[in-house]
Amino acid sequence: MVKPPNFISAMTGSLDETAARHMVTRTPQTEALGFQFVSISEARGAIQVPWRADLVGDPETGVIASGVVTTLLDHVCGLAIRAANAVPQGTLDLRIDYMRPAKPQADLVADGHCYKLTRTIAFVRALAHDGDPEDPVATAQAAFALIGGGA
Amino acid sequence: MSVETTPAERLAAFLARTPYIAFLGMRAELAGDEMTAILPYSPHLIGNTLLPALHGGVLGAFMEMTALAQLAVISGGPRPAKTIDVTIDYLRPGRAMDTYARAEIKKAGRRISSVHVEAWQEARAKPVAAIRGHFQMPIEG
Repeated sequence: MVKPPNFISAMTGSLDETAARHMVTRTPQTEALGFQFVSISEARGAIQVPWRADLVGDPETGVIASGVVTTLLDHVCGLAIRAANAVPQGTLDLRIDYMRPAKPQADLVADGHCYKLTRTIAFVRALAHDGDPEDPVATAQAAFALIGGGA
Repeated sequence: MSVETTPAERLAAFLARTPYIAFLGMRAELAGDEMTAILPYSPHLIGNTLLPALHGGVLGAFMEMTALAQLAVISGGPRPAKTIDVTIDYLRPGRAMDTYARAEIKKAGRRISSVHVEAWQEARAKPVAAIRGHFQMPIEG
C-alpha cells in the first residue's frame, strides 16, 4: 500500500512539531471537531478544542458534549505516546471520569502524559480542563497497543 | 410537567435537542422497548485515513450517546442524564461503515444508573467496542 509521505512522518520515527501539528489537526474527525495543536514535550502532548455551538451536549447549558471530551482525551493520549517516540496501533481501553461540567461556551484543553512504555503497551494519563489544569473537567486513564510490539 | 409522553417521543426529543448528535449524524430506532442506535458512515468520522478506521473517540462517544438515549427513553423528565464515568473497551477496528449499538440498563437508580453498551458493524456477535458507564439521572420535572 502506498502511504502518503506526510502521514508517514506523523506516524513513524521521532515526532517533530510539524508532524505533531499534522496529527492533531489533519485527521478527518479532528479537523471536523476543530482541534488545535498546543504543544509537545518529552512523552507529553496538549490539544485544544475551541467551543462551537454544534458540539454542545445540552443546549440549556451550552456546555461542550462529553463525547467531544472523549475524542479529545483519546487523541491527546495518542499524541503523548508519539511524543514518547512510540507508535500507537490502537486504544485498548480508555476510562474517563467527569469531575464537573465545563463552563458554558468554554474552550477545552487536554494534557496527556505517557508515563510508562513496555515493548507492547503504552500507559497514559490525561486530563481535560477549561482554563485551570488544577480543576479538571475530566480525567482519563488509557492503555494502548503499540505498533511493532507484537500485540 | 403533567403531559404524558411515549418512549418514542422521549427518544425523538433527546435526539433532536442535542447538537452533538447531529454533528455525529447519529439516529436511533425503537422496537417496543428495545432501542438500536445507528451511526451511518460519514467521512468526517474517520480517525485513521490509512486503514481507514473510525476515530476511537467517535466510537466511545457514540456508545455514550446511546446510553444517554436509552436513559431518556425510560426517564420522565425533559433533561438528559449526565455522564459520571465511562470505561471504553476497544475490541476490533471500527471500519469505514455503518455502526450500530444497543444499551442495557444494568441498574436504573433514582439518582444514578449503570449502563452497558455494545457497538457492532458486520455482525452483532463481533462487537467493535463496548462501554460500561455510570450516569447521574435528571431531576424529574
